[in-house]
Amino acid sequence: MLNHKKLIVSHAPFWHDGSSITARSYHIMLAAMPAVLFGIFTYGMPALGVVSLSISFAIIWEFLINKITKRTISIGDGNAALIGLLFAMLLPATSPWWMVITGTLVAVVIGKHIYGGIGGNPFNPVLIGFAILMVAWKDYFDFNEALVNYDLGFAMVYPLAAAKHLGTSGIEAFSTTDLLLGQHSGGIGATFGLGLIIGGIYLIIRGFIRWEITVSFLVGVGVTALLFNMSDPSHYASPVFHLLTGYTIIGAFFLATEDSSSPVNFIPMLIYGAGAGIMTVLIRNIGSYVDGVVFAILLMNLINPICDKIRPKALGKVV
Amino acid sequence: MIKRSFIGLTKPLLKYEALDVKTSAPLVIQPSKEVTLLLDKTFDFKDTLLFKIGDTVKTGQKLSYSENSDVYVISSVTGTISSIAPLNADYGKSYTAITIGVSETEEVDEQFSTLAKEPTIDTLKGCLAFIPGNLPAGLFPSTDTSPPIETIVISGVDRDLFITTNQNTVRVDGKAIKQGVQILKQITGIDNIILVSPDYLMQDAGICGAEVRVVDPEYPASLPHLIMRDALGQVVPAGKNCEDLGVSFISAEAVASIGKAFTDGQIPIYKRFNLINKNGNSSLVSARIGTPISDILNAFDITLNEKDRLIIGGPMTGSAVYSEDFPVQPDMDAIMVQDRGDIPFVSDYPCINCGECIRICPANIPINLLVRFLEAGQYEEAADQYDLYSCIECGLCSFVCVSKMPVFHYIKLAKYELGRITTAEATNA
Repeated sequence: MLNHKKLIVSHAPFWHDGSSITARSYHIMLAAMPAVLFGIFTYGMPALGVVSLSISFAIIWEFLINKITKRTISIGDGNAALIGLLFAMLLPATSPWWMVITGTLVAVVIGKHIYGGIGGNPFNPVLIGFAILMVAWKDYFDFNEALVNYDLGFAMVYPLAAAKHLGTSGIEAFSTTDLLLGQHSGGIGATFGLGLIIGGIYLIIRGFIRWEITVSFLVGVGVTALLFNMSDPSHYASPVFHLLTGYTIIGAFFLATEDSSSPVNFIPMLIYGAGAGIMTVLIRNIGSYVDGVVFAILLMNLINPICDKIRPKALGKVV
Repeated sequence: MIKRSFIGLTKPLLKYEALDVKTSAPLVIQPSKEVTLLLDKTFDFKDTLLFKIGDTVKTGQKLSYSENSDVYVISSVTGTISSIAPLNADYGKSYTAITIGVSETEEVDEQFSTLAKEPTIDTLKGCLAFIPGNLPAGLFPSTDTSPPIETIVISGVDRDLFITTNQNTVRVDGKAIKQGVQILKQITGIDNIILVSPDYLMQDAGICGAEVRVVDPEYPASLPHLIMRDALGQVVPAGKNCEDLGVSFISAEAVASIGKAFTDGQIPIYKRFNLINKNGNSSLVSARIGTPISDILNAFDITLNEKDRLIIGGPMTGSAVYSEDFPVQPDMDAIMVQDRGDIPFVSDYPCINCGECIRICPANIPINLLVRFLEAGQYEEAADQYDLYSCIECGLCSFVCVSKMPVFHYIKLAKYELGRITTAEATNA
């Protein structure tokens, strides 16, 4: 039975549906584009600088850490570029260059690679980078201070800060349409609500993110904000305001849905999303931080492994 | 190859191939020079075999391995034995390969025709284990520990995509199946015989004399564990098989072969299967058991190049072979040829926890967690905590894996390794 023609032998299945990590990363980046482009048009060259620097350095850090740890170079999977892009979207347009470089270093190395690289990170790398920076250099993340030199034809006060310090009277200037169309200050890619929603829906339809997490997150934010609003309408802002300001939309579609740090079973996804949503509003309304999305999602990342134990019974499981 | 659909929110839909009712006659291919029969026993040079190189055999002649072993093959041609050699296959399985040179005139062995007049279970066991469609060993539980078989399920559906063998049998061989069912009832004493078939074959299935149940046309509904759950309402406990619940599965082709064998007094030797070419077109073929695959490829003008892939079985559950000299076997339902350009490769990327496998797994296994243990070789933990034995081996997890991990391969390897440990412990105890 000897034959000199060499055939490829491997295990079943012999088909693959053609999906790949690279395609996944690039589609998420594509979906983020409307919001990013809007941010660049609004804030001009500084915003473009931050986005470019962030993406390039995320890739550079990934490349270096691959070299140092002697692993295969994994920049081709687009995950590092995605981390860089999402990180830049959260930053104010005026962020100094050294902050972007440090932030991406923390995100890629501490957020992802010390846990073993893609798939091993218990927290969203973008949020790890962002949270550490936000705690370290608080002033650079105060949008009122950071964007003080901009006059874009709308109220340049950061809506969440206004709501926190002045109550509902401080936010009367913001109409829902303005908030949806990005007519308020904030992170480079986090203000254009409509663009983020369109991108997010694209990702949900294509199956790149899980709708359960997004929907439960938004419901969590909405319901909790509504309860606060009902208890004291003069002090606590309306649910619509909470849904459309700060990082709520980008968090719901792009941050909470990060694969490795979020659950995969149905009920855990709902718990995770709703939990993050509730925590967001609690931090905003009661806590000391202006926006709670970053810490709320990080906190829920922490409970993800336990949460994911709630799973359907396997076929024929006896115990 | 079926790619991910644009709308990835829904699960990929893999439909079983439905039979083309107009052109259901298979193309018959004869072996050119020789046939190879695989006898299910490890070849040992020290054994005294009941046949030797140079023996002449007749069509339908039974070739037993040795005096004290009851494994045998049925010669599918008349000719001379030209070689006897060991052959190793997947998962440590080894065979004795008997090659027979085909002679010009054909003579039919008469031994079976006398036995066929009075169908008995011994005749079934002793002469028909090598029939097209394969007689399942589980039909006759040997030890006292396993429960008796109370239900026989005839599969009128095919295990994998692109295959129409059993559907074709239900369609054209209804009469033979009917006779097969009668004989099975008579000699085994089992009255509860159920035929499962797709919806569109209900009319043909109805005449077969067995109780008929419908199976969904969507993969993986035709795997035995899912037929048990959906059509019989019994869930097979993890780690057990259908025989443990007293249910034995047999293919429609095998039942038809039993029917034909006892009515004609001749052991059927033509195996029906699908040939799936490089373009993914499936055509029905009928060839003698033992015909080398190269003969079949030649008949269809398919050239196999270096680094192409040759698969016995369908795209999801088949097994790739390393040589086109492999013969047609009684349980082989398809030959699939894949061009080197179409072969998807696996990667060494880790699981990114995207959850695609969780959503598609028909057995609700936490694959995202399971695969981490399997990668680390912790098979016992995987079996104890993460439902390794619930796997029904459909291969869908590997099919959808974004990281292109060989998940199904890991699962099979883990089961194999754990099986080896259990066997070793049992023999040393």
